[in-house]
Amino acid sequence: MSASQYLFVGMALIMALLVILVSGRLIVGPTTADRLIALDVINTLVSGIMLLLGAVYDSVVMVDVAIVYMALSFVSTLYFARHLEGGF
Amino acid sequence: MLLAFFVGLLLLVSVVFNCLGAVSLYRFPDVYTRLHGATKCTTFGTLFIAFALLLYSIIRFMAVEGESRFLVLFIHVLIAAVVLLISNPAGAHALARAAHRSGILPEPAIVDSLEDMEKEMTRQRGGVAL
Repeated sequence: MSASQYLFVGMALIMALLVILVSGRLIVGPTTADRLIALDVINTLVSGIMLLLGAVYDSVVMVDVAIVYMALSFVSTLYFARHLEGGF
Repeated sequence: MLLAFFVGLLLLVSVVFNCLGAVSLYRFPDVYTRLHGATKCTTFGTLFIAFALLLYSIIRFMAVEGESRFLVLFIHVLIAAVVLLISNPAGAHALARAAHRSGILPEPAIVDSLEDMEKEMTRQRGGVAL
């Protein structure tokens, strides 16, 4: 592995720690909207971790999975928001 | 080694903004300020991760001639950055509107422009609520 790939591994570890930190708000959030915000942040961080590990393991497939994960998390955010505002 | 320095610089910006986004979930008082802090900071931070990967892959592609997998990585990370830049703010807007419609109001606010606009739109439609 080259030097920048070690940096990518360290960054992925820091992002995983941030996911654990943010999931506290997911548990104790006073309202449902707080929990949804924490879930949105976790989705963004996890897609960042997927991008980093795709570069570390030299697999472009992981980056494709990250793209699909971003699109699906966007759809699920819209769905939960629609549920929260009491639409359909 | 020079490449690792610049990639580390971009990753440093990214980790600062991601940490600010995570801390803002705990330090801000209500839903809208939390949404403001968390979404902007994590979008910007993850975008800088994508920038670091773009720099890494294009430099590796130009350094080692004939290795096309780094060019493929470059293009795919570019697509991921565009998807992130479009989908994340749109989701945040949907969350803010949903929080407003579900009855959560910002505590010290005096003017509520969204409610005024929705009332005006309902009046123009002839009293039919959306």
